[in-house]
Amino acid sequence: MENCFHCGEECRDTTIIHEEKHFCCMGCKTVYDILNENDLTYYYALQSTPGQTPKTFEHSFDFLDNQDIVEQLIEFNEQETQIVSLIIPKIHCSSCIWILENLDKLHPGVKVGMVNFPKKSVRITYDASQLSLKELVLLLSKIGYEPNISLEDFNKKEKKIDRSLIYKLGVAGFAFGNIMFLSFPEYFEVDEFWLDKFKIIFRWLMFAFSLPVVFYSGRDYFTSAYKGLRSGILNINVPIAIGILVLFLRSTLEIIMDWGTGFFDSLAGLVFFLLVGKFFQQKTYSFLSFERDYKSYFPIAVTQLVTNDTATTSEKQTQVYALKPGDRILIRNQELIPTDGILIDGNALIDYSFVTGEAEPVHKTKGDKIFAGGKQQAGIIEMEITKAVEQSYLTQLWNNEIFSKNKSTSFNTLTDQISRRFTIAILSIAVVASLVWVFIDSAIAFNVFTAVLIVACPCAIALAAPFTLGNMLRIFGKFKLYLKDTTTIEQMAQIDMVVFDKTGTLTKNTKDLITYQGITLSENEQKVLTSTLRTSNHPLSRALYNLLKDNDIYTLDDFSEEAGKGITGTHNTTTVKIGSHSFVENKKQLDKNVKDTQVHISTNNEYKGCYIFNNTYRDGMQQLFAQLDKTVDLMILSGDNDGEQAYLKTQLPASAQLKFNQKPKDKLEVIKSLQEKGHKVMMVGDGLNDAGALAQSDVGISVSEDVNVFSPACDGIIDASKLNQLAHYLSLSRKSIGIIKQAFIFSLCYNLIGLGFAVTGHLAPVVAAILMPLSSISIVVFTTIATHILSKQTNA
Amino acid sequence: MSIIYVLLTVSVIIAIVFFVAFVYSVKNGQYDDTYTPSVRMLFDDETVKPKKSEKKKITSENKPTSN
Repeated sequence: MENCFHCGEECRDTTIIHEEKHFCCMGCKTVYDILNENDLTYYYALQSTPGQTPKTFEHSFDFLDNQDIVEQLIEFNEQETQIVSLIIPKIHCSSCIWILENLDKLHPGVKVGMVNFPKKSVRITYDASQLSLKELVLLLSKIGYEPNISLEDFNKKEKKIDRSLIYKLGVAGFAFGNIMFLSFPEYFEVDEFWLDKFKIIFRWLMFAFSLPVVFYSGRDYFTSAYKGLRSGILNINVPIAIGILVLFLRSTLEIIMDWGTGFFDSLAGLVFFLLVGKFFQQKTYSFLSFERDYKSYFPIAVTQLVTNDTATTSEKQTQVYALKPGDRILIRNQELIPTDGILIDGNALIDYSFVTGEAEPVHKTKGDKIFAGGKQQAGIIEMEITKAVEQSYLTQLWNNEIFSKNKSTSFNTLTDQISRRFTIAILSIAVVASLVWVFIDSAIAFNVFTAVLIVACPCAIALAAPFTLGNMLRIFGKFKLYLKDTTTIEQMAQIDMVVFDKTGTLTKNTKDLITYQGITLSENEQKVLTSTLRTSNHPLSRALYNLLKDNDIYTLDDFSEEAGKGITGTHNTTTVKIGSHSFVENKKQLDKNVKDTQVHISTNNEYKGCYIFNNTYRDGMQQLFAQLDKTVDLMILSGDNDGEQAYLKTQLPASAQLKFNQKPKDKLEVIKSLQEKGHKVMMVGDGLNDAGALAQSDVGISVSEDVNVFSPACDGIIDASKLNQLAHYLSLSRKSIGIIKQAFIFSLCYNLIGLGFAVTGHLAPVVAAILMPLSSISIVVFTTIATHILSKQTNA
Repeated sequence: MSIIYVLLTVSVIIAIVFFVAFVYSVKNGQYDDTYTPSVRMLFDDETVKPKKSEKKKITSENKPTSN
């Protein structure tokens, strides 16, 4: 079978051969034609089958007709130059970059396109007099690069990128190098006339270089130490701040009194290494966001129906925040319901799986209440709004205080735990040693006191965690577990309970396990069935049609669809009824306990049987449960009904708990009560209904089949194909804590050696200058090697 | 020996020039996206458009193999 020249998908039944090339669908062929006409076929030369099948929902960008919305979206607007940044999740290869940067060949209105690949965004400068934003977006959609515009983009403030850490690092590194260079002559204590003569200027230059290091680069350590002390915590920054301060004051004193050259080199080196550690543990995945709420899932605007004085109704694109109770809106197929309301007209079949966890689309009739977050699955509906967007049932979940709390600040890291004891120990050693020296040689007592504080500065300890965890963060990233920050790894190591959501997390998003129960259908019946299904747009019909599409197709004599009930199709003498049990058969009562999705079939009013749709569970879940059961407790927390309880029980170990029919708020409360019982809870979920539980849990992991699409706020995003490795990842995080502990012992050894010099009063600047970078570098080397060995073991 | 003052001044000034260049490049956002420029650099300049016949060749060479 041929693969599509454009998108690389296998060409199935509808191969289109055009210019000796195979295409899987008209969409792909159209894109090829557009590119071909505009001499842009280099697109296919860069990378084979780079294309994306374009999806077009005719009205999905209508909101860009509303000038107010457009103005909120564009960054710059001046006469003939408009700049807009669009997120295009489909950007994935060099061809994508090339085509998006050559849009000007497709339309003269486009001036410049600039892709940011890691962010999957493109910044387009265009001329609105030639090409409106809507036309631009449609142009992109036409060639398969549909931008993602959500409520989040609305009124977006120009985001300031915080580059202060890079500046601080730059300053420290710059000063470190120059001070090293200036203090080089004195390292060898050469007693030469000219060195003696110039040492004053060398020393004061070093002093000048150290000023920005202490007061700019090292500023955070002072503020953090101060904050910690004020709230009664001896965090790691306290001994660091003491170290920096003592280094600076003693060195300044030394050059003023002409005692010696001071420790400016060690000072700058210390701050530089610490900042390198800080920088290293900041691994960001710019294409992911861990802070998303409902806003990035919601549309920016909807079609509002406005009735004017003459009682004619017209459509208008309205920003969703502007919607008021009483407004009437139109929701098309596949569109999202932005707020709570009442169904006025049309046939609603709403998929709530993402917001409630219910696996099955819900059917609503006129007058029913419909809630925000559902996706309409069939045809156009009209609804009247009862609540503003921020007050809807779904968005109220975000008013819970848990969403405004910052998890990582309240967590006591391993480094902080150690530093408490460490600081107390160091201070007492310093005091005792200097007291002893007061009796032996009081002149040296001050020297010893400061030397102990300098040498004990826990540079290596402070570096152990950032480098180990920073490495692990990257390793997890390679294993497709994207974590928000390094604290998450420490928290993962403490997890003793894992809670899973069911729909979308343990199961795949699609219902592709279809089984038939009942009397076997004849070939003729099957053909009529297939032809009838083909005509219907209902998601279940389409799924079933895909299963049966190998059958031949008749032209139906008669076809009718009853919304929410079923469809009827007739060919010659065969009439097939497909749909709910009551629609197909009214004699027998359906067993009420059946909770699977079923589609019943009858031919010529004779009941035949039903197709049962089941969610497929992801591969390896049973093994995952078994592995996890060895170390943690398990729980299933599902928003769905308990239809699959029996099946789940066979998969899960006996000790696991199962809870069904949990509303989003309930999930949050369940997690909270588990935590009150002393559990460290990891929540694994996928939808908006898990958002509360993900935020409440110690570690919230969101499962995603495509990491580029929406996932709720969480601490980590795991690729669905790697979910079965979760037990492994938990043990990896525990092992990395072990590495940090080893590194601590290692660095304590250095501190002891340094203390030996300091207590005896022999700490020369050159010793400090060697010992300090040596300990830091060896810790970095040790943690890097250890984490790599760990990741290699995992691969094997 | 006053040459050493000159040398010191020169070395410090050079160091500061590089430092300012670094700060400027960071501020300009040059380090915000470190991946895309590396790809962009490899695109052929298309000052001369390939002729129709040549183009055919390019595209057919890259035709995915059937399976």
